[in-house]
Amino acid sequence: MADVAGPSPEAEGAKPLLEVRDLVRDFDVSPPWLNRFVERAPRQVLRAVDGVSFAIERGDTLALVGESGCGKSTVARLICGLYEPTSGAVLFDGVDLATIARRTDMLTMRRRFQMIFQDPYASLNPRWRVKDIVAEPIRSHGLAKDAASLREQVARLLTQVGLAERDGDKYPHEFSGGQRQRVSIARALSSNPEFLVCDEPTSALDVSVQAQILNLMKDLQRQHGLTYLFISHNLAVVSHIANAVGVMYLGRIVEIAATRTLFGRPLHPYTRMLQSAIPDITMSGKPRTPVAGEVPNPLDPPSGCAFNPRCPHAREKCRVERPPLAPFDGAHVACHGIHEGWVPIRVAAAAA
Amino acid sequence: MTAPLLAVDGLRVEFNTRRGTLVALDGVSFDIAPGEVLGVVGESGAGKSITGNAIIGLIEPPGRIAAGEVRLEGERIDRLPAEKMRRIRGRRIGAIFQDPLTSLNPLYTIGEQLVETIRTHLPLDAHAARARAIELLGEVGIPAPERRIDHYPHQFSGGMRQRVVIALALCANPRLVIADEPTTALDVSIQAQIITLLKRLCREHGTAVMLVTHDMGVIAETADRVAVMYAGRIVEIGPVQAVIHDPQHPYTAGLMGSIPAVGQETERLPQIEGSMPRLDAIPAGCPFNPRCPRVFDRCRVERPELLAANRSRAACWLHAPERAAPAAAPGWSEGAVHG
Repeated sequence: MADVAGPSPEAEGAKPLLEVRDLVRDFDVSPPWLNRFVERAPRQVLRAVDGVSFAIERGDTLALVGESGCGKSTVARLICGLYEPTSGAVLFDGVDLATIARRTDMLTMRRRFQMIFQDPYASLNPRWRVKDIVAEPIRSHGLAKDAASLREQVARLLTQVGLAERDGDKYPHEFSGGQRQRVSIARALSSNPEFLVCDEPTSALDVSVQAQILNLMKDLQRQHGLTYLFISHNLAVVSHIANAVGVMYLGRIVEIAATRTLFGRPLHPYTRMLQSAIPDITMSGKPRTPVAGEVPNPLDPPSGCAFNPRCPHAREKCRVERPPLAPFDGAHVACHGIHEGWVPIRVAAAAA
Repeated sequence: MTAPLLAVDGLRVEFNTRRGTLVALDGVSFDIAPGEVLGVVGESGAGKSITGNAIIGLIEPPGRIAAGEVRLEGERIDRLPAEKMRRIRGRRIGAIFQDPLTSLNPLYTIGEQLVETIRTHLPLDAHAARARAIELLGEVGIPAPERRIDHYPHQFSGGMRQRVVIALALCANPRLVIADEPTTALDVSIQAQIITLLKRLCREHGTAVMLVTHDMGVIAETADRVAVMYAGRIVEIGPVQAVIHDPQHPYTAGLMGSIPAVGQETERLPQIEGSMPRLDAIPAGCPFNPRCPRVFDRCRVERPELLAANRSRAACWLHAPERAAPAAAPGWSEGAVHG
C-alpha cells in the first residue's frame, strides 16, 4: 500500500475514492472597507491552502499532520464543501464535485461522505435528544421507510459505537466527552457513508478515551470498508491509524508517504523536526533535539521554500526557488536538498 | 533525607452543592523536595488542577479545603488569611497556567506587568526592576528583550507568550513553581522548546516544580517523580522511570498502554473500558474497582491506602503485604479488557 499517496495516482488499477488536485483556498483578511479607504491599506489575502494534491484509495486512511495554521483543517472543510475552493478540484469517486449542478445529485453525493469534528461539545445540538441527532441524516436523506425502521436503525447505530439503545433518550450534556464523540460517529455513520473526514477527532479527549475511540474507528473501518481522511497534529496517533501520511507546512504538503516509510525514514527537514519534537516516553530524562523557531506569519510567507528560515540545511536556492513536491524513493517530498543530495538521509532507529 | 520544600498531607477538598457535597480531592498526600520536579498526571476531572489550586489558595467557593494540611518549608499555608497568602503567591510559589493569553493582562505591556510583579515582591526601584525584567525576558529566550518589553501580549505568538508567563512566574525567584498544563495549548515544536526552557531555568535557579499535565510524554521528559491521580486520589507515586516502565497500579498500567507511540505497530491499542466515575458517584472501596481487570472482593469494600510496591507506592490491594504479591506487575493483555 506504499503507493496510496502521492499526487499522481493514475499509476494503475482502480480509481481512488477521493482525489484532490491542486487545491487552493484564499481567505480575504483585509481590514473593513472604511479602514482600507482611510488608511489606504491594500486588500490582504491569506492563502491557507496552496496547491495541495493527494489521493486516497478505497478502504485506506490518509492522515494530514501539521501545526496550527498549516491548513490541514481547511483542506478537510474544502473536501466536505464547507468552503468553496479558490481553485483546484475535489474528485469523489471520479466525479468533480464542482461540476455537479443539480441539488439532488449533490445530495446523493453528500450522503456518501460525512465529517467528524474535533469538539464533541460544540458539534452536537444541546437541545436535541441523541436519538434525534443520529436520526437526522437518515431522515434528510430519506433512508428510512417508516418510523419503526428509523428507530431500528438508530438503535443499531448506537450499539455499533458502543452506546446503549436507551442512551438515545438522553441529551448530549448527560454524556462524557468520549461518549459524545461516539454519538458524533454514530451520526456520521447514519447516512451509510463510504468516506469520513475526521478533523482532530480525539484531540479533545483523554488518552484512555482516545484509545477507545481510535479502536472503535479502526473496527468500523474494517466492518464497513470505510475510507478516512484523518486530520491531526499528533504524530503518534497518526502513526497508529493511517496507512499514509501527508505533512503540511504553511498550506502546502511538504512530504507524503506510506506511514511506515514516513516514520522510518523521514525526508523533509520539517518532518524530522516534528518527529524529534514528540516527547518520548521511553527515553525518560534524555534531552531531545532542540527545535528552533516558530511557524512564520502566513500573511507574509518566506520566499522559496517556506521552511527555509528554520531549516538547518537551507541554502541560497531554498530562499529563492520553491521546491516542487516530487517523487523520491517511495515518497513524495518538496525539498531541494533531498532531491539534489545535500541533505543527508537518516533512517530512524525506532521503526525497522 | 532533607526536609521537604512542600508537604501536603491528607488534603481533602469539598464542593458544597445543592445536591450534596462533592469530594474533589480525598486524602491527597505527597512531598516535593527542594529542586525536585514532581509530575502530576491524570485524566480530566482526576483532581490534578484542584491540587495545584489548593496549594496556592485559589479554591473558590463553594469549594473549600475540608481537611488536611499544606506546609511550605515547614510553615502551614492552608489556613492563611487572603492577604498573607497573596504574598506567598508569586514570591515563594510561582504559577504558570495553561493558556498564556488569559494569564496576561491585554491592556498592559509585558514590561509593566513584569515590573509590577517584581516590585510587589522584591525591594527594587522602578529602574532596577525594569533592568531585571529585561534580563528575565532574555533568560526565557525572547529575542531583543529591551525592545520587546514595551510590547503588548497580543504582539507575541503563543509560544513567546508562554515564555513571558514563565518569566512572570520566576521573577521573584520562588522556591516552587506550580505549572498547570504549561504546554497543552502549544504546538509540538513549541512545546519542546518550552519544556527545555522550564527544565533549564529550574535547574539553574534550584526551583522545585509541580508539573500538572495529562501528557505522559511531557512528564517522562521533565519529572523526577510522578504522581498518578484518579477520581480525586493519588493511586500511584514513584520515580518517573519506575512508574512508566513498571507501573504498579492497574490504572497506571492501563493508562500507559493506551498511549499510542510512533513506530509501534499494533492493530488495537489496549484500552480501559468505561470512564472515570463522576464525583457524585465514586464507587466504594477502590474508586477504580468497576473498571479494574484484577478486581477482587476486598477492592469493592475497603479503600486502599498507598502501599509500598516495588520502587513506587500504589493504592492497590494487590500490594497488600499479607498477599505477598508475586513480583509480576499488573499487566494488561493486548486488546480490550471487557468487563
